[in-house]
Amino acid sequence: MAELDTSSGGGKKGGGKVRTKKANTKVDLTAMVDLAFLLITFFMLTTSLSKPIAMDIAKPDKDVKDENRLELRASQTMTILLGKNNKVAWYMGEAGKSQPNIEGFGDIRKSILANKKKVADANGNNPKKTLVVVIKPTSGASYENFVNIMDELNITKITAAPAIDDENITDAEKDFMKKNGIL
Amino acid sequence: MPRAKVKRKSTSIDMTAMCDVAFLLLTFFILTATARQPDPLDIKLPSSSYKIPVPDVDIAKLTIGHGKVFYEVAGKDVKMATLDKMAEQYKVSFTPQERERFGVIQSFGVPMQSLKAFINLPDEAARTKSGLQIGIPTDSLDNQLSAWLLNSRKAVAELHSTAMRVSIKGDAKEEYPVVKKIVDILQKQKINKFSLITTAAGGAK
Repeated sequence: MAELDTSSGGGKKGGGKVRTKKANTKVDLTAMVDLAFLLITFFMLTTSLSKPIAMDIAKPDKDVKDENRLELRASQTMTILLGKNNKVAWYMGEAGKSQPNIEGFGDIRKSILANKKKVADANGNNPKKTLVVVIKPTSGASYENFVNIMDELNITKITAAPAIDDENITDAEKDFMKKNGIL
Repeated sequence: MPRAKVKRKSTSIDMTAMCDVAFLLLTFFILTATARQPDPLDIKLPSSSYKIPVPDVDIAKLTIGHGKVFYEVAGKDVKMATLDKMAEQYKVSFTPQERERFGVIQSFGVPMQSLKAFINLPDEAARTKSGLQIGIPTDSLDNQLSAWLLNSRKAVAELHSTAMRVSIKGDAKEEYPVVKKIVDILQKQKINKFSLITTAAGGAK
């Protein structure tokens, strides 16, 4: 296919018969195939990988005054406050009763896992009584912090739906965060 | 005894067929690949480990960055229907050509008052440069974002009889209160569930 009969040209030495030098016209396609496959790979990967990914967020309905809201047990609630400078403060149980810990995003996963295990152990691995996480993004937090913390919950497999509460940040929480320079 | 003659065969294979296939596939992938639409707003998406792809139809996309909000609803028919409803609400009239042009405009961030001028700009580059894109007004006196959302939800419901999904593309460095303001607008319309668009994180982060 890639060959052509080239019987013209050739050496013109000598006066008699024109000797036709058969040049091989077979082109080496290896490099071309390499390039083609490289491009194919590139396009295949970019088409399937450039699909945007979404994380679904559900927030509690503001207007509905639901009478049978679930009460959270303090012992299985972990509240995470998102502060500025990519810092979080978290505490277990009720606000004000336990001292919050301040951590960066690198360590929060360990804390969540530790608390998850603690709650699971205390309740005898009852699947209905797992750790409940309340996220409270404050005005100092960036959007990335919020996405990151939701992602951490996904990674640590917190099954109870996270409560995102950006309205009820108590004064005690604010004071604590201000004192530690993350609000 | 004569030595057994091993016939020397050429080791080069005919690559032609392979080359043909490769280029056929290449052409196919190039043609099916959708060109990445440049965002009018320069944002960096946060990364996450989620793997749920975003649907392409019946979805509205809010782009939040630098304190501005841009809006886009998927689908030409929905875009045009939304524009009709907005025109009615804000007492602006659009010619059929303008409707048609609006149907292919991507994400935009212009107030209703300058939308007509915005549509009539020749191309996307001129629109980006025009300085008209100051973001869609979201304050409570003139909440156009809310109107856009409501009208496109109506349009989606009428045309495709499904519920419209809302997705948020936020800049990673955007402050949370800005995002919260937008989310509050969504919640006022009882949109309590929405998707945050992120990029895939490379490995365990």
